[in-house]
Amino acid sequence: MITVNRYRCGYCGACVGACPQNAIDLIETFIEIDSNCNNCSICTKVCPMGALELVKDEE
Amino acid sequence: MKSEYDVIVVGGGPAGSLAARTAAQQGLEVLLIEKRQEIGDPVRCAEGVGKVGLAEYMDPDPNWICADIKKARIFSPDGTMIDISEKMAGNEVGYVLERKIFDRAVAKTAARAGAEVQVKTQATGLILEDGVVTGIRGKQRGNDFEARAKVVVGADGVESKVGRWAGINTTLKLKDVETCAQFLMTDIDIVPDSCDFYLGSKYAPGGYVWVFPKGKREANVGMGMLGSHYKGKHPIQYIRDFADWKFPEGKILETVVGAVPVSGMLPRLSTGGLVLVGDAGHVSDPITGGGIINGMASGRIAGHVIAECIKGGDVSAKALSKYDRLAREELGKSLDKNYKIKEVVTRVSDNTMNVVAHSLQGVEFENFTIPKLVKEIVTRNPGVIKELAGLI
Ligand SMILES: Cc1cc2nc3c(=O)[nH]c(=O)nc-3n(C[C@H](O)[C@H](O)[C@H](O)COP(=O)(O)OP(=O)(O)OC[C@H]3O[C@@H](n4cnc5c(N)ncnc54)[C@H](O)[C@@H]3O)c2cc1C
Ligand code: SF4
Ligand code: SF4
Repeated sequence: MITVNRYRCGYCGACVGACPQNAIDLIETFIEIDSNCNNCSICTKVCPMGALELVKDEE
Repeated sequence: MKSEYDVIVVGGGPAGSLAARTAAQQGLEVLLIEKRQEIGDPVRCAEGVGKVGLAEYMDPDPNWICADIKKARIFSPDGTMIDISEKMAGNEVGYVLERKIFDRAVAKTAARAGAEVQVKTQATGLILEDGVVTGIRGKQRGNDFEARAKVVVGADGVESKVGRWAGINTTLKLKDVETCAQFLMTDIDIVPDSCDFYLGSKYAPGGYVWVFPKGKREANVGMGMLGSHYKGKHPIQYIRDFADWKFPEGKILETVVGAVPVSGMLPRLSTGGLVLVGDAGHVSDPITGGGIINGMASGRIAGHVIAECIKGGDVSAKALSKYDRLAREELGKSLDKNYKIKEVVTRVSDNTMNVVAHSLQGVEFENFTIPKLVKEIVTRNPGVIKELAGLI
């Protein structure tokens, strides 16, 4: 899954525009990622701040 | 807020405000919504605009102009400078704005023209009937609402969800998105009337660093790179390194991050009951990432076409496609051309950039334009033609 470091995020919306699943929403200063995310990790590459990270799901 | 309008514009940036203003001036009932609680803030921009382009849409006002720019200087990776002075820089010469204030001023012109403006109001979806957009679903200060409109304008910037809700694929590929970070720095030594650009893979792989003055000793110092050039280092780290090298004494007043579409105009900007303007339609320039003026241009065209369609009682995909046609006529050609140039120049090696910069020493650019520069480069550097082949 994708984790958001909210202390690092600059709430710019870059990840929202690049997400092929349209799974991200930016509300004021808050990023939300919904269940449509398929862990493609594109958002982690486009984030200017490095606030997004793909981490292994815990089973 | 009412439950029905002629036009609902989603997004209170320059593109949305121009669409709202133009439609309201044509006598339509317009609602302009912005999800943030303040129009214009936080800023996601280096704030440079051409004077000629700006004057088409707003009368210059010292309240939102920080600096008057007379020239540009480009530095190759080894530090060789190409100086482009006012006479030669043509349209590129301009202002550095204070967008917090500018964006509000543009929104104000929409409000004065009669548009209703609502902030902290987010579109969360579209109402579609038989594939035609007939309104929006939204949230205002935590409460859900629905509002109908004959035409919805997606002016939601680089996030661009409105188009996707209507079935237009606006998703940005990594090679077509410029991801950026910038500091507003103060107490630094700069040339206050020059916009400076630094090229090279050290500080801006597949992009450039900019220093845009906002005062005598103050500037937007930022960088942008293509998402496809990401190799483990994010824009914020690159600009940190550049700032440490170039302005070690500088103080940072603001951090700005964001992204610009550099894909060239979307193949389709409208469908039944919906048009996309500004960054949402990818009308920003693929080389410079500049999108303020093009955004306003597209907003104005959209406003006129929408008014015509509503008055004619036909907001079908076919009727609204007139907007596509006119936007392509006004903006499409140069965007297509610049996209092709971008595809080549973002792959040029540091060494080639240096060779080219050396060859241009002492060249006078009369009425400087990008195609002219390219021609000059190619004639002077037959040796690098292979690398630059796509430009010719
Ligand atoms: C770092 C950086 C530097 C740049 N430098 C320059 C420059 O020097 N010169 C230049 O011309 N351009 C520059 N640009 C590009 C420029 O900022 C954009 O092209 C321009 O802002 C586009 O205007 P717009 O109105 O289309 O979108 P925006 O200005 O992005 O406005 C979109 C608005 O829509 C709102 N919104 C989004 N979704 C919703 C929703 N669902 N409901 C309601 N509201 C919503 C957003 O909050 C936002 O306020 C730069 C961009 C970046 C990131
Ligand atoms: S791209 Fe990064 S900084 Fe920008 S909103 Fe997404 S997580 Fe935050
Ligand atoms: S990992 Fe892919 S699908 Fe998931 S939020 Fe990021 S870009 Fe979207």
